[in-house]
Amino acid sequence: MRKILVGRELMILNHNQQKMFNRVKRHWQLYLLLLLPLVWLIIFQYVPMYGAQIAFKKYIVTKGIAGSPWIGLDNFERFLSSAKFELVMMNTIVLSFYQLIGSFPFPIILALCLNQVRKKAFKKTVQLVTYAPHFISMVVLVGIMIQVFHPRIGLTAFIARMLEVDAPNWMGSRSAFPHVYVGSGLWQNVGFRAIIYLAVLATIDPTLHEAAIVDGANKIQRMWYIDLPGLLPTAVVLLVLQTGRVLNISFEKIYLMQNPINIRVSEVISTYVYKVGLLSPVLDFSYATAIGLLQGVVSLLLIVSVNRLARRLSGHGIW
Amino acid sequence: MESGKSITTQIDTDGVFLPHVKDTGADRVFTITNYVVLGILLLGVIAPLLHVLASSFSSTVAVMSGHVLLWPVDFSLAGYEAVFNYKRVWVGLGNSLFYSVFGTLVNVIMTFLAAYPLARENLPGRKFFTFLFLFTMLFHGGLIPTYLNLQKLGLLDTRWVMILPKSIAIWNLLITITYLRTTIPPEIHDAAQIDGCSDIRYLISIVLPLSKPIIAVIALFYAVQHWNTYFDALIYLRDHGLHPLQIVLREILVLQEVEMGDIDLHEYYKLMGLKELLKYALIVVAAFPILVVYPFVQKYFIKGMMIGSVK
Repeated sequence: MRKILVGRELMILNHNQQKMFNRVKRHWQLYLLLLLPLVWLIIFQYVPMYGAQIAFKKYIVTKGIAGSPWIGLDNFERFLSSAKFELVMMNTIVLSFYQLIGSFPFPIILALCLNQVRKKAFKKTVQLVTYAPHFISMVVLVGIMIQVFHPRIGLTAFIARMLEVDAPNWMGSRSAFPHVYVGSGLWQNVGFRAIIYLAVLATIDPTLHEAAIVDGANKIQRMWYIDLPGLLPTAVVLLVLQTGRVLNISFEKIYLMQNPINIRVSEVISTYVYKVGLLSPVLDFSYATAIGLLQGVVSLLLIVSVNRLARRLSGHGIW
Repeated sequence: MESGKSITTQIDTDGVFLPHVKDTGADRVFTITNYVVLGILLLGVIAPLLHVLASSFSSTVAVMSGHVLLWPVDFSLAGYEAVFNYKRVWVGLGNSLFYSVFGTLVNVIMTFLAAYPLARENLPGRKFFTFLFLFTMLFHGGLIPTYLNLQKLGLLDTRWVMILPKSIAIWNLLITITYLRTTIPPEIHDAAQIDGCSDIRYLISIVLPLSKPIIAVIALFYAVQHWNTYFDALIYLRDHGLHPLQIVLREILVLQEVEMGDIDLHEYYKLMGLKELLKYALIVVAAFPILVVYPFVQKYFIKGMMIGSVK
């Protein structure tokens, strides 16, 4: 291309290239620093993306990723028509939406209530205690749940004895599973999620409250008409963003909570992929990859469309 | 107007309003209800933790008969003794410490190496590189391709697999970039450049000293993540000698696999009790370090969350 250009044109192009080259050259140290992270990014993030093509192939270990034969959408069709599809998909959707809706209002309520507390020591105590479970690992959390809900020696069993009712066995119950899953998540994160709302409440213009006090509004009215509307934009953005991640249900906790009794309601896409791909006696890498890829693509579409919606509704988005 | 002025004087520095003068009946009812509700919440959050703590200090008989509520019954340290004598726990603890310390070190270095160039507005190609990083947040290869990749690299069943693949968390990269961009004035850079300071020298002698708060924040995020996760170890490590604490905890707490040596049938009941005690004590031992340290470092977590939410 360059050889065809003559005279002035060539000079201008060369000049621009030269300028660009100089800019790049001036920052060579920055590129040097960036080199290692970029190499990491390619090896550990983009190479697996390239490997995801086995979803469209019949993966044969000896032939490798590139050498395995293409089979089109066979793996996807197999999953969509399998008996497991409906079950796994339904569980994923039900659990994630229940979690989304169930965990949404409580941090807001907690922040509103804490905001009204005048005794600093009490406020600090509540904050300190409610943040704490956030730092407990999933394994320990589920371990605590197993001990506390133990049908004979657990805390719930003790309380049930006091109330003279039968002790519940929540960890070994199919119907209780979604509630235990969502409830324990709430226990772990309600305090931590309230942090951001408390921060927003601190930015609400005090003159609004002054005016309301002059007008004779009581605390509940001020909470309802001033604090809550002040939180709403943040709340909407957070809710919408979480909706985008609705399919990326946490593998770590669900997998720990699974047992033969609740498996029918607790098997979700991520745990199913793990079992098909890495645990079953006949490992089917291609099939498991296809299922995972399906989830990834649906999530991506959800995030993009939800972000677009958020932009239109509130003027905020993640990009 | 008069009343308006007098009310403004009643507002304390916290932005919480103090209508000392006229606390109406409705407000008083609300305040009391508020304290009661928050008190119940406090109890609800802390009760399971107290129950576990109390059980761990009780005797096998008290635990097995279900007599422990929130206070130790028949004080004993048998559970802790069992934990202390459980070799797998110590191996796991050592491995977890190793992964957390070295993993976090690698994390912080790698995150900074990426964040510093990407925070510089005038770097040609900055947007493209940032996009390369951000895209992995939206889409990734998935479990199996990642596994096959690590297999091919020969990282399975090595300590590296717990450190290298998660070197950079995109979220932490983002908050670091945001921090660098918002807190370090570009004028300093201009001045340094005029004085002939190179980019790397600028990073070392100016940016890093100014970045101590963000280093603390991301180091904490990374360390807690390393300490708490079990998923990678579950998939990539088969060698028991490499297992981190969380995997050992999973075996004992969730799968209920406890190595108790030879089981003597007439001591079965006692062993079952000891097994339960061991679990309570183990939960305390595993959660204790983080729960004790966290009140002192929670402000950093909150800071991190705030930087993340400023966009």
